[in-house]
Amino acid sequence: MIDQLPKLPLAHWVRAFVDFLTDHLQGFFGGLSHFISMIADSVNAFLNFLPPIVLILIFLVLAWYRTGWRFALFTLIGLGLIADLGYWEETVQTLTLILISVIIAIIIGIPFGIWMSQNHWVRSIVTPILDFMQTMPAFVYLIPSVIFFDLGVVPGIIATVVFSMPPVVRLTNLGIRQVPMDLVEASNAFGATTWQRLTKVQIPLAVPTIMAGVNQSIMLSLSMVVIASMVGAPGLGAVVYQSVTTIDVGVGFEGGLSLVIIAVILDRISQGRERKKNKA
Amino acid sequence: MEKMKVRGVTKIFGKNPKRAIELLERGRSKAEILSQTGMTVGVNQASFDVQAGEIFVIMGLSGSGKSTLVRMLNRLIEPTAGEIWIDGENVTTMDKNQLRNLRRKKISMVFQNFALLPHKTILQNAEFGLEIQGVSKSKRKEKAAEALQLVGLGDYLDKYPNELSGGMQQRVGLARGLANNPDILLMDEAFSALDPLIRKDMQDELLELQQSMQKTIIFITHDLDEALRIGDRIALMKDGSIVQIGTAEEILMNPANDYVERFVEDVDVSKVLTASHVMKRAETITVDKGLRVALQLMRDRGVSMLYVIDKTQKLLGYITADRASEAIKEKKSLKETLMTDYIGINPDTLLADLFEPMANTAVPLAVIDQNGRLKGIVIRGAVIGALAGIEEALNGNGVNPK
Repeated sequence: MIDQLPKLPLAHWVRAFVDFLTDHLQGFFGGLSHFISMIADSVNAFLNFLPPIVLILIFLVLAWYRTGWRFALFTLIGLGLIADLGYWEETVQTLTLILISVIIAIIIGIPFGIWMSQNHWVRSIVTPILDFMQTMPAFVYLIPSVIFFDLGVVPGIIATVVFSMPPVVRLTNLGIRQVPMDLVEASNAFGATTWQRLTKVQIPLAVPTIMAGVNQSIMLSLSMVVIASMVGAPGLGAVVYQSVTTIDVGVGFEGGLSLVIIAVILDRISQGRERKKNKA
Repeated sequence: MEKMKVRGVTKIFGKNPKRAIELLERGRSKAEILSQTGMTVGVNQASFDVQAGEIFVIMGLSGSGKSTLVRMLNRLIEPTAGEIWIDGENVTTMDKNQLRNLRRKKISMVFQNFALLPHKTILQNAEFGLEIQGVSKSKRKEKAAEALQLVGLGDYLDKYPNELSGGMQQRVGLARGLANNPDILLMDEAFSALDPLIRKDMQDELLELQQSMQKTIIFITHDLDEALRIGDRIALMKDGSIVQIGTAEEILMNPANDYVERFVEDVDVSKVLTASHVMKRAETITVDKGLRVALQLMRDRGVSMLYVIDKTQKLLGYITADRASEAIKEKKSLKETLMTDYIGINPDTLLADLFEPMANTAVPLAVIDQNGRLKGIVIRGAVIGALAGIEEALNGNGVNPK
């Protein structure tokens, strides 16, 4: 019965849509691609310009300040190991990718989260889109990314942003909605405008939750590193990816371990002592 | 003078409020409307006036609609029907800007669970209303610090709310409400989250503050004792409707229906009524009169004693018939004979505090104002009558305990 129905030409439609976009928005994608790659290059150049020891020290201070001396020690040893293994350049490339992706995710995600928290319609439209973005296998994003942005670091960043933005949006929305009703009521009772209520009450109180979203976003973008390397994004992901294609278990382990070290450091630094510092 | 007029204010929670309003106007009850239409009547056609400078208490059990009612006064909850007038302006038709202005300048609110901002200091919390208005930093700091001083928190400006006890937190809530100097203060169960001793302190403090502030206060509570203690007038709510409005005395002595009667039957009247409620006019004589005139007066009025006052109504003492006749034989003047072993009390002494002085003297208690003037006397019968709930025992001109 079901085989008698004609096949829905979904793939064809999507192809047509993407073709349409490439034909008509070529200039836009070209400009965007150029812009992002310019930023990526300068960030990368800057991080490379710093001697490894300076960058390691910066991380060390951050780790110390955010968590404590034990973790600072771990940071020192971990980054030292990466440098010793000879993956410093790749590590810097990976950091560039993550840094830019997460910043874009924050710039887009937080305003969307705020908008979502204020408006039920927006929330009911955005929620399924976020679900879609997060559950669609990340590989799929690579295809249009490559079509629109060619090979290299830019499609990697775009695919990473798409995959890692949902938690920022979600947790911003959640954080704002979780602000106790009586505080919202109090600010209304004193005649606050929507903007005043948001900036003086809701957003400050939502910061710990928003930070949790940023943390998740960082973790998700790390998980995209290897996938992004398939479209030519350089970095530790590329090391791992190449070791897979050449079946080199040693290099694969080194690259993987470096990624784990970076992941742990970024996770702990971005989480910090929020829970302890929270005055509420 | 009326500060606020509330006319037929109604709140329906549900999908077709118009239909519910029609049913209400036809006199259907809250329960009938719920079962017929599935809609909840939050507040049913509440009407009352609040005078400038009075403490108007809205009291009712949970679910009686009192919190909904108070939130409609500043339109945190939109009324489904009815009108609210403040200083001759119709609040119900105000647009967003007018309403915001009203909330910024005229009405403040104090909340049950304090609703302080945890990320701001006490001073910053008290500044909040002024900050919203866009008052300059230095000026709002000054005013907020003043308000905190007023509630006794002048030394805690840089603390955070979680470092303070509940009572202190609510003082901050009160200071925040007072800092922008509103005419009207809405207090929603403001003291209900505090433990009983602190609650009593806060009530006293509010009354004391009110002496100097003279704000119009609308105070929501579920606690009858609290209502009786602080309310100039009390509105009693049940199932969204106001069942009775009156002074503490009126509600206690003359309950509008069975519900109110059941509600107030356990109240200790002796802790609500004061000497001024039960005092009677004293039979007096001015001190320059003669003893024979005094005796004549006693005979005419059928009493056995007179209170002796001077021309300014100041109480000097009393004279009994026996003493007067003796003194006439001894050829003494009234001034030389009068006795001064009476017990004087303030008009606002609670009945509960009259028992002891009454036990110590056979002479009726003399009610004296702060200038020493005789306002009246309290006899035992009136006190016992009032405690027994006999309305005739009251004189109807009492003032509430303050």
